[in-house]
Amino acid sequence: MTDAHTLSADAVTLAYGDRTVVEALSLDLAPGRITAIVGANGCGKSTLLRALARLISPRSGQVMLDGTVLASRPTKEVARTLGLLPQSPLAPEGIAVADLVGRGRHPHQRLLARWTADDYAAVAAALEATGIADLADRSVDELSGGQRQRVWIAMALAQETEILLLDEPTTFLDVAHQIDVLDLLTDLNRSRGTTIVMVLHDLNLAARYADELVAVVAGRVHALGSPRDVVTAELVRDVFGLDCSVIPDPLTGKPLVLPSGRHHVID
Amino acid sequence: MSFVIPPTAAAIVAGRNARHRRRTVISLVLAGLVLAAFASTLMVGQTFYAPDEVIRVILGERVPGASFTVGELRLPRASLGVLAGFAFGLGGVAFQTMLRNPLAAPDIIGITTGASAAAVIGIVFLGLDETGVSFLALAGSIATALAIYLLANRRGFASARLILIGIGVAAMMQSVTSYVLTRAAAWDLQAAMQWLAGSLNGASWDSVAPLALASVVLVPLVLAQGRALGALRLGDDVAAGLGVRVRVSRVTLILAAVALLAFATAAAGPIAFVAFMAGPIAARLLGPGASLLLPAGLVGALLVLAADLVGQFAFDHRYPVGVVTGAIGAPYLIYLLARTNRSGGSI
Repeated sequence: MTDAHTLSADAVTLAYGDRTVVEALSLDLAPGRITAIVGANGCGKSTLLRALARLISPRSGQVMLDGTVLASRPTKEVARTLGLLPQSPLAPEGIAVADLVGRGRHPHQRLLARWTADDYAAVAAALEATGIADLADRSVDELSGGQRQRVWIAMALAQETEILLLDEPTTFLDVAHQIDVLDLLTDLNRSRGTTIVMVLHDLNLAARYADELVAVVAGRVHALGSPRDVVTAELVRDVFGLDCSVIPDPLTGKPLVLPSGRHHVID
Repeated sequence: MSFVIPPTAAAIVAGRNARHRRRTVISLVLAGLVLAAFASTLMVGQTFYAPDEVIRVILGERVPGASFTVGELRLPRASLGVLAGFAFGLGGVAFQTMLRNPLAAPDIIGITTGASAAAVIGIVFLGLDETGVSFLALAGSIATALAIYLLANRRGFASARLILIGIGVAAMMQSVTSYVLTRAAAWDLQAAMQWLAGSLNGASWDSVAPLALASVVLVPLVLAQGRALGALRLGDDVAAGLGVRVRVSRVTLILAAVALLAFATAAAGPIAFVAFMAGPIAARLLGPGASLLLPAGLVGALLVLAADLVGQFAFDHRYPVGVVTGAIGAPYLIYLLARTNRSGGSI
């Protein structure tokens, strides 16, 4: 991609009421790469993603998109560059898959204007890319959890943004569907060059799929870099307060975390 | 970014067009039914007037007898029915869709109840005339809506909280109304009860005009939010990600819908359950995923006109329209509560 869009946080402080969650955090997200944000529950990783997606405004500091302050730009224009899949989107009862995916075209449509050829092409491409083209006329209610997540990702794809933010896209999915969704996101990243930034719970999946790992502890970036460099037993202890050993993944050579517990200690 | 258009695009076009066509046909049928009910209201009564006589009156010709009965009595009545019904349906479904809950109708969450309390105070304590009562009802519903919104909006907006607060406020306003009625003199009591029932009986051009003017401004304002409303149904976060200015859209919708409902209530009284029923009925007819704003307005207008015809002519005694819609609406509310409990569903 020639002029890739850049997204960064510049000393952002984020708070709910008087509870500060993220403090003076700065982060440049690598364009055209897959970045996973990991951390313990309540460390502020989802809050950070929400700020990057302009869902909450920073107390201080700024989120910058292509060098300009995100909050100062028209939100509809931003929505053509920056897509978001939040944690628990709601599907209207009985809505058809193609119609739901079509909602992703909102930022490209004008008031009252009908669907254009571009809209249809984008929805069709999104359905194809996520492998659900044959479900287009089915009702979203009838689908399994894994299929439904594909529909939501398709909606985000139909938005045709070069940056895609996802908040725990694998939650509530069984392990096969988790792999499925992450493979799909990798496909997108490779074929379209989409910059992917996601919050992930599972450190091993994050280490396997991410090009860049951001480990957040208490609202600060604790470590940042390629999983091979970042994921160590020490990091896991700092981030999750968990003892473990880290071995090379026999499949990929990337780090694989083997947690120990009170009953299973590795010496 | 550019893509190769996959062959599935054609299938998607076909699927969408089929759904779209179905909705268009149903909406047109609804509009036709509203027109038929409107025409019936003009023709039927103690004296029957043929369509050509009615049309001549509408065109401004003098027709002996018909000019007064149709022009001064039935035409304002039918116009009030259409406008108030449309306003109730549109305002109701705007609330239900925005709050993602069919129970979030303005007549359940206290907005029309606030108008009623204000109107009853106007009639019983202040001895206001019809216009005065209308203005007070208008102020009452706007004040109630504002109070509910401010109470619900503390520490972030949550629709469940708004609905619960609304139900509480509705109960409060109901008790104000009851209290005022116990203090009312016999003749005021009758006027108050008539207003509370919701009726097209008092319809005159003077009562239709403010609602018509308000509709011209407010209906397009609500309809313009249709696409944003479609995105809001996916959740506030998704909508924001799609570039909807969530707060602006929500405040615009609330203000426009409340004002529309307030004008309708001021003109026709709180015609029971129309705002509550129109949206879900439209949803059932049109199928899921469609924008319900316009169809719900048509269903509202149809409900009011049809219920008024039933109330006037189906029984020995003439009943105000609100009694008829109330008789249909109350069982429907129970049905919906039972069903919602099972499916947890939105409309």
